[in-house]
Amino acid sequence: MLEVDNLQCTRGDRHLFSGVGFTLSEGELLHLYGHNGSGKTTLMRTICGLVAPTEGEVRWKGEPIRRQRDEFSAELLYLGHKNGLKDDLTGIENLLVACRMAGLALREEQAWEVLERMGLRGHEDLPARVLSQGQQKRVALARLLLSKAPLWILDEPFVGLDVAAVALLEKVIADHVATGGLVVLTTHQEVALTSGKVKKLRLGWKEDGRV
Amino acid sequence: MFNAFRTIVHRDLLLAMRRRSDVLTTLFFFVIVVSLFPLGIGPELDTLRLIAPGVFWVAALLASMLALEKLFFVDYQDGALEQMLLAPQPLFVLVLGKVFAHWLVTGLPLVLLSPLLGLQYDLPGETIAVMMFTLLIGTPALGLIGSIGAALTLGIRGGGVLVSLLVLPLYIPVLIFGAGAVEAESSGLGGAGHLSMLGAILLLSILAAPLATAAALRISAE
Repeated sequence: MLEVDNLQCTRGDRHLFSGVGFTLSEGELLHLYGHNGSGKTTLMRTICGLVAPTEGEVRWKGEPIRRQRDEFSAELLYLGHKNGLKDDLTGIENLLVACRMAGLALREEQAWEVLERMGLRGHEDLPARVLSQGQQKRVALARLLLSKAPLWILDEPFVGLDVAAVALLEKVIADHVATGGLVVLTTHQEVALTSGKVKKLRLGWKEDGRV
Repeated sequence: MFNAFRTIVHRDLLLAMRRRSDVLTTLFFFVIVVSLFPLGIGPELDTLRLIAPGVFWVAALLASMLALEKLFFVDYQDGALEQMLLAPQPLFVLVLGKVFAHWLVTGLPLVLLSPLLGLQYDLPGETIAVMMFTLLIGTPALGLIGSIGAALTLGIRGGGVLVSLLVLPLYIPVLIFGAGAVEAESSGLGGAGHLSMLGAILLLSILAAPLATAAALRISAE
């Protein structure tokens, strides 16, 4: 489904990565890892189409994503470093806006229900700016529970989450993979999946743990 | 597509309601700049009547300039822009929605307040009406043209100055036909020609500016 072919990315005169290629089919998870600054985030943004690669291309269902931007976006859910939450909107409003922008019709009761499942009971109608880092992350991740997109691209989704939330997120990701979804994620922890296939891709030339 | 437009307009209006100071800054800037001239020049009504169209339009230009900085910056900072770029709707629709909401909170109040300020310049009723009308078609065009500059300078340090250098020259046609229409109307020549040109500029910017802004946003967000 997702084919990445000989991708190269250059920032100024510095090569971030080159010759990166992989394919990902339904029910597979790709775990990207590598030292800080090895280009994981840039690679993810390139796969989304936010960054244009200097060489190579990304194909979705056999078509280059450049030529089917709207169709590809409809099947993609990207959560980056920045949560994309509006400080002055409440958790509910943030979730409603995010889902409507992604083309999902969502009723307010559903939003309340989902935020409760994300462990935000009692905090749903507080402005995002008063929520803690982890709670903000939970609001952003609530989109995963509602998304119908087959391809999830998650940049460090576990950062800032407590043990319970990590377990919940692992379950959500595992369920998605089990139902034929595709996931690309970066994280510094092990990803355990009960079903489906985990692929690994290391970026950068440095060994882990050495500087 | 219309849903996305409505969502973004609703979101931005809600945000503006929660953070009213940003909205009021632009409006007060306009009010103060326009009010300074009668105070500086003194009660010479003939002079004031003469300079009124120019003063109102230059003040509107600067006020719209001032508001531009915030147009995409917050979205860029908190990551909402990335999500907009990845939304399955055409980006220019979202841009149009953002600019429309931006005009509702920074442009429209200025149009509505202009008759009151017109009294300071001893403007007759008809002239005030024409002025309001030119501002009503002119300010959305300013927002649309300005959005291109705001998108291009996104994330650049000192972008505020750069945006004025980029955008102010593009504002000149709007200034000429906007102020020209009021002058022509008050001197009895009839401002229909100027008004048609102003309308044409607005239509052209509705068609072209969101596309240019969308392209600029994709470059800036890389």
